[in-house]
Amino acid sequence: MADKVIDARGSFCPGPLMELIAAIKSNPVGTTIEVLSTDKGSAKDVPEWVKKVGHELVGVEEKDGYWSIVVKRAK
Amino acid sequence: MAKHVVIVGGGVAGTIIANLLARGLKEELSKAEVVITMISKEDKHVYQPGFLYVLFDKMRPDELIRDQRSLLAPSIIFHHDTVVGIDPKACEVHTEKGKKIKYDYLVIATGSRPMPELIPGLKEHGNMFYTLESAVELREKLRKFEKGRIAIAMGVPHKCPVAPFEVTFMLDDYFNKKGIRDKVEIYYTYPIGRIHTLEPVAQWGVPEFERRGIKYETLFNMEKVEAHNGSVAVHSAEGSTAECDLLITIPPHRGAQAIMDSGISNDGWVPTNRHSLKYEGYENVYVAGDTTNLPISKAGSTAHFESDVVADNLIAEIKEGHPAKDYDGKVMCFIETGFDKGTYIHFNYTTPPSPMPPSKMIHWLKLGYNRMYWLTARGVL
Repeated sequence: MADKVIDARGSFCPGPLMELIAAIKSNPVGTTIEVLSTDKGSAKDVPEWVKKVGHELVGVEEKDGYWSIVVKRAK
Repeated sequence: MAKHVVIVGGGVAGTIIANLLARGLKEELSKAEVVITMISKEDKHVYQPGFLYVLFDKMRPDELIRDQRSLLAPSIIFHHDTVVGIDPKACEVHTEKGKKIKYDYLVIATGSRPMPELIPGLKEHGNMFYTLESAVELREKLRKFEKGRIAIAMGVPHKCPVAPFEVTFMLDDYFNKKGIRDKVEIYYTYPIGRIHTLEPVAQWGVPEFERRGIKYETLFNMEKVEAHNGSVAVHSAEGSTAECDLLITIPPHRGAQAIMDSGISNDGWVPTNRHSLKYEGYENVYVAGDTTNLPISKAGSTAHFESDVVADNLIAEIKEGHPAKDYDGKVMCFIETGFDKGTYIHFNYTTPPSPMPPSKMIHWLKLGYNRMYWLTARGVL
């Protein structure tokens, strides 16, 4: 269970990755954040960003019509 | 006993909602069955989209300002005061001047604020145009800028998501018109893996950037800004550094301090139901404008469309005992693509945006709207 859930389903702007970046910056290191997205691109671009910056990808799961991506703020 | 509607915040959303309520509840107000109170920390109302035009000498600062009281229907009670605490359980707001104001219905429209101090070195070495003062200050720096590299960088989250494109295209036109574009390098950065968060806008933008000779870097989130020997270095969380002579940024935003201090959230956004626009868990508290935590654009048009829903629902609740409609996530934004052309996008929770080719007509419409905004604030347009 993530500490915080961002329901970015139906978000075209600012979009799921931008919502995740904002949430990571306003929550302490160690927080787990689950992003819900209906944008299939999120399953690829969120993990890419997480890896590049050095946070931890906890899981990516396709659910009923949307993706659940869980990230832990690592630094 | 009169129903008391309290509106906190006198920006786009608060002002529109107050005026729509004053019109829709005219009879109830005249019989003293309803009282509408607005509390705003500002006694001036500023048309913020105008900052971009001030930056490039297209509008003068005083064209953007009106007295807040002059925009409000006479039946609205106006307090120039700052709300410092909200207690939704006690149905009460606390103000800086020491007032405790009870409400039957509350509208939280406390907006957002740019906070360059959240990124080390940004306040000292960066420039922005999201306040009137900073836009004027940057305008003067641009007037004197004759050669070198300008970097553009975004904090997250930020309001008006099309502004990064607009300022970039306008900078290109500005230096072209001055005849020194060949001496000025424009370096655009963006936080995610494409040049704009809206995919169709990013797709349209790439060849446009290439045509105009605008260089860009994606996946760039400002982490620290340093200056040495007159040069500014912007370090990203992704590990790269952008060097420049002038840094133009849109800083990260946060909501009002009162939201944080009241324990509503740690970033100043209010947890909001995406359809009813009510504060989650509180049936008598509505939220509108940048203040919501909804995953949609923080923009004047969002505030405007949400306000129509909030006002209509409040009127229906007071007159008929239940709200009337849901918000569908509607957003509409003009995009200036330089000094003489513009386009627009609109979308909602289920319909993606599809930008039209830029035209002079849309640009003129935007210039016209810059003057007509005061009708929007009054709840007319």
